[in-house]
Amino acid sequence: MQHRSHIYGVIGEFEKPEQLIHAVEKVREAGYRRLDAYAPFPVEGLSEALGLKRNLVPLITLLGGLAGGLGGFGFQYWAAAVTYPMNIGGRPLNSWPAFIPVTFELTVLGAALSAVFGMLALNKLPQPHHPIFNVPRFSHASADRFFVCIEASDPKFQLADTARLLQNLHARHVSEVPDD
Amino acid sequence: MSAGQPPSGSSEIRRLTPVLGPGHTFGSVTDKISAIVLTRPTSLGWFVGFGIAFSLLGLMTVAIGWLIIKGTGIWGINIPIGWGFAIVNFVWWIGIGHAGTLISAILFLLNQKWRTSINRFAEAMTLFAVACAGIFPLIHTGRPWMAFYMFPYPSTMGIWPQFRSPLIWDVFAVSTYGTVSLLFWFVGLIPDLATLRDRAIQKPAKIIYGMLAMGWRGSARHWHRYQSAYLLLAGLATPLVLAVHTVVSFDFAIAIVPGWHTTIFPPYFVAGAIYSGFAMVLTIAIPLRKVYALEDFITMRHLDNMAKVMLATGLIVAYGYFFEFFLSSYSGNKFDIFLVQQRLHGPYAPFYFTLILCNILTPQLLWFYRMRHNVVVLFLMSIVVNISMWLERFVIIVISLTRDFVPSAWGRYQPTFWDWATFIGTMGMFVTLIFLFVRVLPAISIAEMRELVAETTEESK
Repeated sequence: MQHRSHIYGVIGEFEKPEQLIHAVEKVREAGYRRLDAYAPFPVEGLSEALGLKRNLVPLITLLGGLAGGLGGFGFQYWAAAVTYPMNIGGRPLNSWPAFIPVTFELTVLGAALSAVFGMLALNKLPQPHHPIFNVPRFSHASADRFFVCIEASDPKFQLADTARLLQNLHARHVSEVPDD
Repeated sequence: MSAGQPPSGSSEIRRLTPVLGPGHTFGSVTDKISAIVLTRPTSLGWFVGFGIAFSLLGLMTVAIGWLIIKGTGIWGINIPIGWGFAIVNFVWWIGIGHAGTLISAILFLLNQKWRTSINRFAEAMTLFAVACAGIFPLIHTGRPWMAFYMFPYPSTMGIWPQFRSPLIWDVFAVSTYGTVSLLFWFVGLIPDLATLRDRAIQKPAKIIYGMLAMGWRGSARHWHRYQSAYLLLAGLATPLVLAVHTVVSFDFAIAIVPGWHTTIFPPYFVAGAIYSGFAMVLTIAIPLRKVYALEDFITMRHLDNMAKVMLATGLIVAYGYFFEFFLSSYSGNKFDIFLVQQRLHGPYAPFYFTLILCNILTPQLLWFYRMRHNVVVLFLMSIVVNISMWLERFVIIVISLTRDFVPSAWGRYQPTFWDWATFIGTMGMFVTLIFLFVRVLPAISIAEMRELVAETTEESK
């Protein structure tokens, strides 16, 4: 097993979400920091176990929404009052209540687009290939199995020790993840 | 919760019918839902149904082609009835397109577990209904190739759209709704596309699902951001879904035509939209669960809850009819009073009475437990509601336009063959898309079903 010069990490497979959370907690207690968990659905409590902080998606969404709303209103004002003013019976050019529906729609549109594309960008998706897909059993990560991967870039990473740690946590399978 | 108990015996136990049949695991829900797409052979029935729907879609293409060659004169519209079928059908379809996002967004925020197995195809139905709806105002312009005039773009003429017009609001409302519904649907699909990629046997399927899944690997860090984005989308879609039909109702309420110029329109339109949307979800869910044996996932609890939503929104709609009647009669405005009389006694009175019968009286059956648990009754009811919601829009548009202020401007409206061909054609398009969707994408969210399995097994411990 040691002959590979480049490995991405060591992966352990678990059957139940509770086992996954337990394993993640123990691995972090053992001092590992560069690890990730893989699950076929968002497991409650997993983010906390991994010590994930608040993410940037809400902020990006807020900024997108503000840009959509301010841009939308500003544009309507500019079109109706500045560049193409139409005097209809002396009514005010900046008839702002009439601009609200489009402003609202563009706020939602801007926020929704930034939520989705912000999330994808932060997740670095689309990403056609990732070393984790080299593990044959990993196809179960999208069905009924839960995985913990301790990455080789972790300073504490020692192939044999790290694999033993996962085995001691009752992982059903432990294997190395080739990096190529 | 007593998940796993048989749904029989006293009514207290019956009320607790689980949202998921007993004995399911992460693996079994994955297998069962993905098998519909990946391994189950395409049945003869699918081909027959698809063939019929696709022929109707062909009819629509012919009808629209002829319309483009000849112009809107092939329709029954005239002066004063300039709106006719095109707008009736537009409002009908866009109303149907409300249930999907309502189920996905509002029921998600309210933490209603029963939404899980119906949200995916309800969202798909929303998208397809919005696509059908979008066709009508486009071709109703008469010169659909000029439709880009409605969007603000820098033209050499230096003109901009009239942002004070409800028709421009409509352009923004419907296109935003379509876009956000698509995003919501696609974000929900990403984990399931990864599942299909990992389970597909044939190479082309693997490649296509793989590209669509964008390399999703179920990383906890990804799920963390994914959940934020999904929750935010639900929060954003919630006011949006209520705004779409509000803006559609502004098309009428901002005008001064008798019967349209009323403040009850926005809430009453939104309730009507949800009413017809849930009816359409039932129309699709009942055959779907039967054909693909999904009774464990789409349980009687789901049908029962949807029937209750239909009853509640149906009552709001009934209240709207009553108040329209009351406000007009009480207004002292002779044109409004006359319009109400025209609904009751005018040339289109049979439509009005059918509407009242189908939309107010028939749904009252849903008060009864037995009726809500009778699949045949629910299916027929959903069809009746769909028809009567179409009649509602017909009554609103045609009666008001045929009887406005001056008797010399009164008219009559009769749809032509091409009106019907276009309308039935869009139904063909809708059903075609539904058939394709059920065949190539998971009709039930697999990832969310696994979440439901995790939650229900935890509770039964």
